[in-house]
Amino acid sequence: MTDRASQRTLDAGEPPVEHRSRLRTTFETVRRNRLAVIGGVVLTALAVVALFADAIAPYTINEVDVANRLAPPSTTYPFGTDELGRDVFSRVIIASRVSLRVGFIAVGLALVIGVPIGLIAGYFGRTIDSILMRAMDVLFSFPAILLAIAILAALGSGITNAMLAIGIVYTPIFARITRGSVLSVRESVFVTAARSLGATDARIIRTHILPNVLAPIIVQASLSLAFAILAEAALSFLGLGVQPPAPAWGRMLNEAQGFLASAPWMAIFPGVAILLTVMAFNFLGDGLRDALDPQQRSVIESRGITA
Amino acid sequence: MTGFVLRRIGQMAIALFGVSIVVFALIHFVPGDPVRIALGTRFDPEIYATLRERAGLNEPILIQYWNWLFAAIRGDLGVSFRSGQPVTAIVLQRLPATITLAGAALAIALLVSLPLGILSALRSGSRLDYVATTASQIGVSVPDFWAGIMYILLFSLTLSWLPPSGYSPFSQDPLGWLSHLLLPAMTVGLISGSILFRFVRSAVLEALNQDYVRTARAKGLSQLAVVRDHVLPNAWIPIVTVVGLQLGFLLGGVVVVELIFAWPGLGRLALLAVEDRDFTVLQGTVLYIAFIFLIINLLVDIIYGWLDPRIRYD
Repeated sequence: MTDRASQRTLDAGEPPVEHRSRLRTTFETVRRNRLAVIGGVVLTALAVVALFADAIAPYTINEVDVANRLAPPSTTYPFGTDELGRDVFSRVIIASRVSLRVGFIAVGLALVIGVPIGLIAGYFGRTIDSILMRAMDVLFSFPAILLAIAILAALGSGITNAMLAIGIVYTPIFARITRGSVLSVRESVFVTAARSLGATDARIIRTHILPNVLAPIIVQASLSLAFAILAEAALSFLGLGVQPPAPAWGRMLNEAQGFLASAPWMAIFPGVAILLTVMAFNFLGDGLRDALDPQQRSVIESRGITA
Repeated sequence: MTGFVLRRIGQMAIALFGVSIVVFALIHFVPGDPVRIALGTRFDPEIYATLRERAGLNEPILIQYWNWLFAAIRGDLGVSFRSGQPVTAIVLQRLPATITLAGAALAIALLVSLPLGILSALRSGSRLDYVATTASQIGVSVPDFWAGIMYILLFSLTLSWLPPSGYSPFSQDPLGWLSHLLLPAMTVGLISGSILFRFVRSAVLEALNQDYVRTARAKGLSQLAVVRDHVLPNAWIPIVTVVGLQLGFLLGGVVVVELIFAWPGLGRLALLAVEDRDFTVLQGTVLYIAFIFLIINLLVDIIYGWLDPRIRYD
């Protein structure tokens, strides 16, 4: 109902103003989606775990118990211990922090670069559009993980460079999605009206265009978080991301490979942690998409293109 | 049609030009002297000077790019900082293994996603649909390298059905070749299949809801005829697009998976080059993969236009 109502306002030549009711309908739609609720709950739990990791973890990351090296899961060590006798459970919990941080900063970076590029390209069109979008196409010409690896090979390994590399790799998708939405809004009556009233380009983009293209960007941000966390895990697995002794899920999986036969728990639990986190972001993203942007099939497309 | 193809080739050439700049710039973003870093402890002034000379690093940067680009067009990508062998030869030697793996993975992805996706859509809401959709949710979220490790744990270490890693050439040992191929292909193929499944299911569902399907049913056509003649021809087009995009995804997916299974392809080559700081080999590998990627995208666009006569080429 509200959708049709806001459509009518659009046609009448005014920007939709019912932000509060739109926010509430979105929330209601997301809440009715069971998977999105599960995703939201898991992510909230994960955020709490990451925030209070030090208090929750029974041991510190480098506390070794040499007598109990490679010990199977038990009441003392719920996820077992690794080859140095460190508690896998504590390390998985503390590593959640780095995964979330890298994910959020990388996607934030992609947003901050990609959205303005899309806004400018879509709004101004012509030459500047061609130049910007061809540049984005170039970044799209590499499989994402390979481009990230190549960037890290040049800049050097480490968590900061990993965030930067993942951010660069995910920039074009935000630019493309933003540009596409801008094109559909640019010719709206309210934009023409604002222009005839003498509003500057910057003002039109900020107050009339941006609010109307946010929905697909928000959906994409949630789905990109899933893929950014996968990418961080892969890079850390390859030894290019988080450096030891700091724990990271990908890194723990790398170390677990040598003990697969004797201590499979070292490989099982960090992987489950990645799977659950990524799945939660996907569920939430799918729910948001159904509520905000029903025409898009972003989860499939974004991983299809960029992963 | 010809005009459209030519224009797409033109666009691809522009993208390839951009790709060449990125790949060329790679070596210049290395803080410090790439040759010195590559040689590391094996430093020898004579080898150092030769490598710098061969890589053309003593020239001004624009001249360097120009020379590098024209050599690359002729197929000369320089020599490895490590082994001194021509990069193109190293890359081409590894290419068949990667194509085999990507092809096998795609076959698995299609074998799983097409029948399951169509069935799930036809019986949406059924138990089969529920199970398949849930499995695909896991499939799109699982890290490929972890899936690979879990397969090794299950199929190699626990059940001892398949070797955990390695490669045997088809010509010498076809059975060994297949047994080595199966796990890595399954790792990449099932993830890709999960993504495809979701797309096939929604494309078929969408086609099922069209008026022409209702008409076909109303005139008494059997379910088989409706699906074969009315649903699938219309569901194909989006499916082909996504299959094409998946090929690109497969190229990325094999990079890490090759490492886990010690598969002698381009992905593992790239990672070894990163480890060895062998920047010319890394450049060559990345350039080749991007080139293949762009050609696949071009072909997808052309097939897309050929499948859907409604698409106008202007």
